[in-house]
Amino acid sequence: MSVDQDTVRRIAKLSRIAIKEEQVEPMTGELNGILAWVEQLREVNTDGVPPLTSVVEAKLSMREDVITDGGIPKDVTRNAPETEDGFFVVPKVME
Amino acid sequence: MTTKSPEATTGQKLIQGVTGPWEIVIGLEVHAQVSSNSKLFSGAATEFGAAPNSQVSLVDAAMPGMLPVINKYCVEQAVRTGLGLEAQINNYSVFDRKNYFYPDLPQGYQISQYLQPIVGEGTVLLDMPDGKTVEIGIERLHLEQDAGKSIHDMHPQHSLVDLNRSGVALMEIVSKPDIRSSEEAGLYVTKLRSILRYLGTCDGNMEQGSMRADVNVSVRRPGEELGTRCEIKNMNSIRFIRAAIEYEARRQVDVIEEGGTITQETLLYDTANGVTRSMRSKEEAHDYRYFPDPDLLPLELDQSWVDEIRLSLPELPDQKKKRFIDDLGLSPYDASVLVADRERAAYFETVAEGRDGKLASNWVTSDLFGALKKSNLDVTESPVSAEALGRLIDLISDNTISGKIAKQVFEIMFAEGGEAADIVEARGLRQVTDSGAIEAVVDDIIAANPEKAAEVATKPKALGWFVGQVMKATQGKANPQAVNEILKKKLGG
Repeated sequence: MSVDQDTVRRIAKLSRIAIKEEQVEPMTGELNGILAWVEQLREVNTDGVPPLTSVVEAKLSMREDVITDGGIPKDVTRNAPETEDGFFVVPKVME
Repeated sequence: MTTKSPEATTGQKLIQGVTGPWEIVIGLEVHAQVSSNSKLFSGAATEFGAAPNSQVSLVDAAMPGMLPVINKYCVEQAVRTGLGLEAQINNYSVFDRKNYFYPDLPQGYQISQYLQPIVGEGTVLLDMPDGKTVEIGIERLHLEQDAGKSIHDMHPQHSLVDLNRSGVALMEIVSKPDIRSSEEAGLYVTKLRSILRYLGTCDGNMEQGSMRADVNVSVRRPGEELGTRCEIKNMNSIRFIRAAIEYEARRQVDVIEEGGTITQETLLYDTANGVTRSMRSKEEAHDYRYFPDPDLLPLELDQSWVDEIRLSLPELPDQKKKRFIDDLGLSPYDASVLVADRERAAYFETVAEGRDGKLASNWVTSDLFGALKKSNLDVTESPVSAEALGRLIDLISDNTISGKIAKQVFEIMFAEGGEAADIVEARGLRQVTDSGAIEAVVDDIIAANPEKAAEVATKPKALGWFVGQVMKATQGKANPQAVNEILKKKLGG
């Protein structure tokens, strides 16, 4: 499996990562290097082996439906570049 | 029950184009908010209308290193809803990440279920106004997180984001493309809402956004392959869902008949102008790159827990309707009016307890619902309790008052409160059944109107005039049956 330059541009756009045009070629090479490395896993025969969901024998743990969190609006918005009346302020996004 | 020929019924649903008839094909994705105290994967509160960002945990804000822990109650409600929809429950399901970028989605992905949802295929039955039943298939139900809320009209240059809704548990209920008209779509949402409210898994409050629908619409020649669909996003009113479908189906027919083709796209319904508009910005984002969420293990249910939940299900509207028809002798129409709303059904059942079902149904559906509607009240706010209405009906059944007087008593109870028996006593409304007393009145009236009395021999209808006079003289308190008998005896006819 490998990606071409258009795919790299598309992934960057979907992820909202700004990359300069001159970065596309080296990025494509790097990504393909990683993909080739991961591809080696294909050499292992996994016929008839169910997908592994966890390396530990664990079950999904559940919590009761009680309110134990929240009430920290200042902490939540602390890292925001801009806030107003408790809201995050972001560039205008309109449908 | 079957009154119309199949042609007449299908004919109703088709839309006529210049080049012939077209069939509308509709599928709905309903997002129903689980009525839980806390969120699907965090302990923050879910209550509507709190101060901005005050019900947000660091999990909901997607701070690095925070991990989701699932809310057991939300899982239970999804199972409950699945059982209520007579759907298959999948004891093994998987949470996936649905990746897209939007300012009110801090994680950059929504935790949802993709290939392995918690609930599989089920059914919803629609009661059509003509008494027929239409079956709509459910494709699946899955659990997912809601996003935050973006507000675009509070600031001239910026959008404001409130994450209170971020992470709230939603059940996405996907129908099969079995719906064939805007009317059926409206009835489907109404019925689904009713089932959810009976189950108590979602409050069904569409104004507050607890229930929202995405509507997929396409058109085709009857019996042919499915056409290309368009998706109208985020509808939260049944009236607008119907109007949007009408508009969109007509638009598609016009495009095709003018030689164009339908492009698959996402639309918004402009409620002010009654038209659908393209949401172009969402198009590119349709590549969600789903993959299993590595933060969450698969959701495995014990069959014994599922069985326990099944045993705790209340009687649902379809079962209740059947019982009202079979055991209480109600008409299918009255039964469906009564069961549509859980509180209304409960009220009726209290009134009908130990009484004549049909009589109780008439009082509840016409007198009570009529009065409530006029005063713009919900059944839970009724000034006349179900018990009190029941005791009023008892007074009719034991001949203490006539049905006509009962309506008068009901109006007093509705307006001023009070107990039926007390009102009857205090105002002297007790029915006169004593034939001697009625006879005396009858004799007086006959004596005062000899010509009219003579008419009865040739015109039996003139008897009715005498009945009216007697009732008037007794302020409606004479037992109408007794009056009729005495008059007939005295005047013939």
